[in-house]
Amino acid sequence: MRRAMLIWLVLALVALTAFALALASGSSHLAPLELLRALAAPGDSVAGEILFKLRLPRALAAFAAGGLLALAGALMQVLLRNPLADPYVLGLSGGAAVGALGAMLAGLGSLFVNLGAAAGALAAIVLVFALARRDFARQQLFGALDASPRLLLTGVIIAAGWSALITMILTLAPEAKLRGMLFWLMGDLNGAESWAPALVTLAVCLAAIYPAARDLNVLLRGEALAHALGVRVAALRYTIYLVASIATALAVTTAGTIGFVGLVVPHALRLLLGNDQRVLLPASALAGGALLVAADTVARTALAPLQLPVGVITALFGVPAFMFLLMRNPRKA
Amino acid sequence: MSVPLLEVRGLALAAGGRILVRELSFCLNSGETWCLLGPNGAGKTTLLHTVVGLREPQGGSVRLAGRALEDWPPGEAAQARGLLPQTTHDAFSASVAEIVLLGRHPYLGRWQWEGAGDREIVRAALRAMDLAGFEERDVLTLSGGERQRVALAALLVQDPPLFLLDEPVAHLDLHHQVLVLEHLGKLAREHGKAVLFTVHDLNLAARFADHALLLTPHGSVRQGPIGEVMTEHDLSYAFGHRVARLETAGRTLFIPE
Repeated sequence: MRRAMLIWLVLALVALTAFALALASGSSHLAPLELLRALAAPGDSVAGEILFKLRLPRALAAFAAGGLLALAGALMQVLLRNPLADPYVLGLSGGAAVGALGAMLAGLGSLFVNLGAAAGALAAIVLVFALARRDFARQQLFGALDASPRLLLTGVIIAAGWSALITMILTLAPEAKLRGMLFWLMGDLNGAESWAPALVTLAVCLAAIYPAARDLNVLLRGEALAHALGVRVAALRYTIYLVASIATALAVTTAGTIGFVGLVVPHALRLLLGNDQRVLLPASALAGGALLVAADTVARTALAPLQLPVGVITALFGVPAFMFLLMRNPRKA
Repeated sequence: MSVPLLEVRGLALAAGGRILVRELSFCLNSGETWCLLGPNGAGKTTLLHTVVGLREPQGGSVRLAGRALEDWPPGEAAQARGLLPQTTHDAFSASVAEIVLLGRHPYLGRWQWEGAGDREIVRAALRAMDLAGFEERDVLTLSGGERQRVALAALLVQDPPLFLLDEPVAHLDLHHQVLVLEHLGKLAREHGKAVLFTVHDLNLAARFADHALLLTPHGSVRQGPIGEVMTEHDLSYAFGHRVARLETAGRTLFIPE
């Protein structure tokens, strides 16, 4: 318990550092003192304007999206008992992308792009749920003792269907709109000004699943054993799917389909901290958030004035970092 | 006579559209060790899963400690019976101590973390399964037999009155086969547990169980004290293979022809 608190405290400090960097970096240089003064008394100075209208909302949106993705990834890995699972594995990102890109194709504004993403994500959630309903409730297939592979297969097939639709939209889209679409697909925080819904959702999702964290540890040992140890397996699996889906949907609606955070952050933390979900779930939210704030800062400053999609940065930094962790701990791979 | 820890009445089991057991009734009392015998696909695992509540029976009823199975809240049931599944699959690395500590799950409140007492229980269970010093080992690095003993240790930590074990000695070397079954027998004799385990080694069954439940491929069941059930005739019938029974040096041995 004390160890968990310590871990969360350290990660919270890391997140604060990432925030400080995000607020200090950008095209117009703000000295640390100027920054502090603007934070303390926003007034209507130029610095205050930049901080509170541009950098802070964007950093908050990044933190919320990163936290949601990492939390959803950790949950999906438990639900499917598969280390390769990520928030998008059951096709949710595909549905959201079809909705968002469809709105772009129709020439609608950013509000409708967000609404389209949310509607697409919702459609994907409902579709998987309807098709795989029995697999959540089923305690065991005869002999296999495990319903996860069927759920995974259902999700993977649906994801393939969505990706065909995405390719079709990209093919139909006029040249002028392609760039925006590709940025959305890669994950992009440019113009992400609505951070509040995502941040509230992050808090709610964490609060909703945290009381079941030890149940998740037991579920990782298999459905039959979890049942024998007193876990309400079907209800728990529904809850995990619902929480992970809502988290992913909000993240994708806020920032597009940013890859890698949801897969890598829970894994890296597992390698460092062990696999107790009571420690891991809050840690994932904090670390995922911090990572995305830092990555977005790099994305908008590295090649300024050019802005990179943040998904490029998460992947470029995430891949070698993860490989390093794997190599360092070969026995745990 | 006290209430049986497990009471099965008129149970009918089917799987894959096939009737496995037509009507099965038996009682497991405190202090008894039962072996569950039968050929592949006769319904041994199905029976254990039904008793533990993982699947619905086609008919009949199951009572745990006098209360109908469906009336037990899951958390309380986990303190009344425990299951060793035939296979556990580890996708993620975890230390042996973490895995075995999960056996304490039914006894901890929602917000409660494991304490020193729980860790001491884990150490004792690991010692009993000859795994002292394995606490920090990663389960993914263990051999099949060591993993099996880790799963057994977790069940010992759960410490239910009724032990249901699906092939507890699978993957174990002969020393650990005897160690595990001796320990289970001792739990029944000295601590009033009831034990029901499936096993394919007839000699181990005859040596460590006091009662037997023999499922045949034709839906009928033999049951009772071990010596009455494990006869040449009934075993040969159940397994579809002639089995010879020898008495030697005070032991009963079974040899397939």
